[in-house]
Order: sequence, then structure tokens, then C-alpha cells
Amino acid sequence: MNKRGEMLTGLVIAVFLVLVLSPILYNFAVGNARSVPDLKPPPGGEKQCVESKEWMRGNHMQLLFDWRETVVREGNRTYRASDGKEYNMSLTSECLSCHTNKDEFCDQCHDYLKVKPYCWDCHIVPPKENA
Amino acid sequence: MSMDRRKFLKVAGVGALGLAGLPASRLLAADDPRFKPPAEGLQGKRWAMVIDLTKEAHDADAISVCHKIHNVPQLTNPRHEIKWLWNTGFKHAFPGLASKHMAVQYKGEHSALVLCNHCENPPCVRVCPTKATFRRADGIVLMDFHRCIGCRFCMAACPFGARSFNWVDPRTASNLDEPGEVMLTFPTRMKGVVEKCNFCAERLARGLIPACVENSSDGRMLFGDLEDPHSDVSRIVKSKYTIRRKQHLGTEPSVFYIV
Ligand code: HEC
Ligand code: HEC
Ligand code: HEC
Repeated sequence: MNKRGEMLTGLVIAVFLVLVLSPILYNFAVGNARSVPDLKPPPGGEKQCVESKEWMRGNHMQLLFDWRETVVREGNRTYRASDGKEYNMSLTSECLSCHTNKDEFCDQCHDYLKVKPYCWDCHIVPPKENA
Repeated sequence: MSMDRRKFLKVAGVGALGLAGLPASRLLAADDPRFKPPAEGLQGKRWAMVIDLTKEAHDADAISVCHKIHNVPQLTNPRHEIKWLWNTGFKHAFPGLASKHMAVQYKGEHSALVLCNHCENPPCVRVCPTKATFRRADGIVLMDFHRCIGCRFCMAACPFGARSFNWVDPRTASNLDEPGEVMLTFPTRMKGVVEKCNFCAERLARGLIPACVENSSDGRMLFGDLEDPHSDVSRIVKSKYTIRRKQHLGTEPSVFYIV
């Protein structure tokens, strides 16, 4: 192979690498374009979720689906958590009574993950007090 | 332990039979110990209603309270109308029973008060392809809005026109988008689902009778358990002559009328 051929191959490889790495380079360039969500605890100072934080992180969607199924179809309204505490199985009156900062909590995490729960087409988010 | 093929198949077969014998409910959430009925809830075997048409109709309060607490939107286009509880002419509610010689209280266009009949043999439930509408153990025919796909088979099946379809987004196209109009205690619906009266299932769970009965003018409406011989409803149905809408169709309505 002659010199010119080698240079051309090198150039192709370089262009290829730049293209492949461009998303990463782009993120380096614009800084924290996709920063990890910074979740705020409930503003009311509650310390404990319905179940453990780790369990909630992975299972809150299934928990909510189970709640809506049993409330609407079986007429149950009370949830007994694994620590024995009882909760009213309601998306807005229970979850959002602690997580009153829905936009900074639920939404921030869902936006980051591109999850769009359609629940809020019907379930009404309580308006923020004096806002 | 060694096992020949024959023995393995025997054990596996018996095991599979045993599984098949498990009631389906054991595999679902029905028996989940995490979920309990509300302590203060009203329990019934067959919730029913009596409406006294011999009493003069003053139903505006009952209707507006019902629509208010359930966020039923007021839409200006009559073709989009949503209603859970409403007045109609006796001749429409009871076709074939009206005549021009009847007493005056049966003649007006608002003489009868109608709602979902919570039938014992609900045709809407039979046709629903997703079990979004279903009959609860206490007799209430309920909508599970989470499952409704908007096919409207139930509307075609209901002989009483008790169901309404959301042709438009109820939040933006109605009074509900004005400040203070929406009740935070009950979800709205969305475009594309069917809705109807729920016999105030959410109030029964809190130990309260349906809001329309609570707000009806004296004695116009009664609510109770038809299977409980001491309930108001049973007392009336056993002692007075009552009629039900389109009884000949065999849907067995739970709403009785004194005429
Ligand atoms: C009694 C108040 C309370 C209620 C009710 C409540 N939460 Fe929480 N939740 C908390 C607290 C406090 C934390 C943070 C726990 C921690 O940091 O250890 C939390 C954490 C979480 C997390 C994990 C967040 C993370 O950092 O990973 C999720 C998800 C969550 N909650 C969802 C829900 C949902 C869904 C509901 C309704 C089913 C609900 N919560 C009801 C107080 C509550
Ligand atoms: C720690 C991040 C995080 C937080 C905080 C969080 N969620 Fe989620 N949520 C998720 C993830 C991840 C999924 C989707 C998982 C999937 O697609 O299977 C999800 C899915 C859901 C779903 C199911 C959506 C669907 O259409 O399937 C619901 C409902 C939901 N979340 C409600 C809530 C509510 C209410 C809150 C606030 C009280 C909340 N979530 C807070 C991460 C979070
Ligand atoms: C088409 C409208 C609609 C949509 C969309 C909807 N819901 Fe509901 N939901 C209702 C109605 C109506 C009730 C009945 C409220 C009652 O009986 O108190 C209900 C009840 C519930 C309940 C139990 C009672 C309560 O107050 O929360 C839960 C939990 C629930 N829904 C969760 C969800 C979740 C999670 C989603 C999104 C994945 C969702 N719903 C989407 C209309 C809707």
C-alpha cells in the first residue's frame, strides 16, 4: 500500500471514531445536559415511604396498578404495609399527600426516563398552596 | 433418587391437575392480605333505590350535587352531553305505560327521575370486551375507567340510555376548566371513555349513602339493601306496588318506582 492509501484509511478511521463518539463528546461539550435527577424528599418532612425506598424505586408502578385494581374492582381501600402501617390506597390523596412536589419528584424522574404515565388525564393533582 | 419416565409423567400430571383445581382467585390479588375493605364502609348484598313519582319533582339539587361531586362536565353541545342522573318525561322512561288521561304529575317532560338501573342481569356487562364494566358482589354495576377502550358496545346494549360517551376532553371543553369548578376528591374522565352513575361507590366506602338520596326532596328517593328485609327499600317494595323500567326485557333493574 502506498502512503496515500495509508493516509486515507487513517482519515476514514478518524472520521468514524468522531462520529461514533459524537454523543459522548457532545455531552462533554455542553456539560450536564442529562444530569441525573436530584430527588427532593417530601417537603412536609416525612421520613418513611409506604414501603422501603429501594423497593418503591423499582415497584411503585406495580403497587399503584395493584391499588387501582383492588380499589375499583374489589372495593378495598386500606393498604397494610409490610411494617404494619395502614394507608388509604389513593394515588392523589396518599402518594401526593407526602410527595406534594409532584413536578420535582415524580415528574423529574419520569422526564429523565422518558416515562409518561397517563394517570393525570383523569386524576387531579392538588394545586400547590399559595402558588 | 431415580425416576423413570412413566413415574415422572404420573407425578407431573397429578401436580398439574392440583394446580388446575386451585380457584383462579387464589392466583389473583383477591386474597392478598395487604388489601382490606374500609372499616367504616356500608356493606350490602344488593343495593337498590326507590323513587317516588307520586311526589312532586324537585330534583335539581339531587342532580346538581351528583354531577358536582363526580366532576360530570356541563357541555354546551347537546350531542356531547354527559349525564349520570337526570329528569325525563314519564312517557320516555316507561314507554307504553303513559296515556293522555294520566294525572298531571306524569305529564311533564321532567316528570321522571332516571339513572343507571344497576341491573341484576346487566347487558352492558355481557358485551364489554375488556370487563371494564362489571357487577360487584354488592350488586353495583361499576365502570373501571382504567380498562375502558371506548368501543361503546355497552351503550348499544343498555336499554335505558344510562351511559354517556366522552366525545371531547371533559377538562378543557366544559365548566371544569374554570377555577374552583373541579372537585379534587374524584378523578375526571378523559376523551374516549364511557361513563355513568356508580351508585356513589366511593361514598359507600366512607359509610355515606348516595349523594342524590341525601339531597333529594323529602321522601322522593330511598336507598338500601334489597336483601336486607329491614331496609327502607325492602319495606317499600314489599308493601307497595312498584314498577321498574322495561321490566319485560328481563334485566332486573334495582331502581323501583312508586307511581
Ligand atoms: C408518608 C409519606 C409518604 C407517602 C404516603 C408516600 N411516600 Fe414515597 N417516599 C416518602 C419518603 C420520605 C421517601 C424517601 C425515603 C428515603 O429517602 O429513604 C419516599 C421515596 C419514594 C420513592 C423513591 C425515590 C428515590 O429516591 O428513589 C418513590 C418512587 C416513591 N416514594 C413513590 C411513592 C408512591 C408512588 C407513593 C404512593 C403509592 C408514595 N411514594 C407514597 C414518603 C412517602
Ligand atoms: C426514582 C425514579 C422515579 C420516581 C421518583 C417516580 N417514578 Fe414512577 N416510574 C419510574 C420508572 C423507571 C417507571 C417506568 C418503568 C417501566 O416503564 O416499566 C415509572 C413508572 C410509573 C408508572 C407507570 C406508568 C406506565 O404507564 O406504565 C406510574 C403510574 C408511576 N411511575 C407513578 C409515579 C408517581 C405517582 C410518582 C411520585 C409519587 C413516581 N412515579 C415517582 C421511576 C420513578
Ligand atoms: C379515564 C380516567 C382515569 C385514568 C386515565 C386513570 N384513572 Fe385511576 N381512577 C379513575 C376513577 C374514576 C377512579 C375511581 C375513584 C374512586 O372510586 O374513588 C380511579 C381510581 C384509582 C385508584 C384508587 C382510588 C384513588 O383515589 O386513587 C388508583 C390507585 C388509581 N386510580 C390509579 C391510577 C393510575 C396509576 C393511573 C395511571 C396509570 C390511573 N389511575 C389512570 C379514573 C382514571
